[in-house]
Amino acid sequence: MPKAPAGTLYRGREGMWSWVAHRITGVLLFFFLFAHVLDTALVRVSPSSYNEVIEVYKSPIVNLLEVGLVAAVLFHALNGIRIILIDFWESGPKYQKQMLYIELVLFVVLLVPAAYRMLLHTAETLFGSAA
Amino acid sequence: MATTAAAPADRGAPELVAPRSPQQRTKPGAAKVRSNFELYAWVFMRISGLLLFFLVLGHLFIMNILDGGVQRVNFGFVAGRWASPFWRMWDLVMLLLAELHGTNGLRTVINDYAERAQTRFWLKMLLYTSAFLVVTLGTLVIFTFDPDL
Repeated sequence: MPKAPAGTLYRGREGMWSWVAHRITGVLLFFFLFAHVLDTALVRVSPSSYNEVIEVYKSPIVNLLEVGLVAAVLFHALNGIRIILIDFWESGPKYQKQMLYIELVLFVVLLVPAAYRMLLHTAETLFGSAA
Repeated sequence: MATTAAAPADRGAPELVAPRSPQQRTKPGAAKVRSNFELYAWVFMRISGLLLFFLVLGHLFIMNILDGGVQRVNFGFVAGRWASPFWRMWDLVMLLLAELHGTNGLRTVINDYAERAQTRFWLKMLLYTSAFLVVTLGTLVIFTFDPDL
């Protein structure tokens, strides 16, 4: 492995990139939570204002963004379990790379059916039901 | 990044110490105050993270995937769910844990990238203010929800 460039602690490879992805998804989820608490707070204003804002979540483009949200949560959740295992399981640091690849397989296996279920209604509205 | 806590008034470069020397926690001469706050924060991230794994993924599964997903969500749906203390409790615990977990995460990010003491201070004030607002508003909404509104 080439030596890391002088003046940086960033080492590349699985360890660094999973950390980068964990940080980016975490910050994104923090800002989403802020918006989500505000939109849910409309249930305290009136049923119609809440229903109006929830309609936005049902529109095709935002529906697609929701799949991105679920993907961000799923990665952050699975990688968080990996971090806990690295910290508390005695062989965790040794197997951190293998755990990342297992995590990525789980990520795809869980995300694909979830995305299918989430996008089905939108696809049928946009392109008509093929059934 | 790890500079002395007090920035000089002329915001010049902080006094440089030899690399790898132990972190100076207090001003020289001041009483040593050591706190385990960072340890507790680290433990909290792991415990809350494990709970949020189930709370948030369960929430996403129910709201976005289970029969009809987001297409069936409206005021009546929320009223039906919040008629049960179980789901109110679920949402309350999830709100508090997620906001604290996220706030501590962003605090770490600010500490990592904001180098000027002033910038760090104001970013964290903004962060704590927003966290206070989100926790207060969210808790209030869960406890005072009125299905007959």
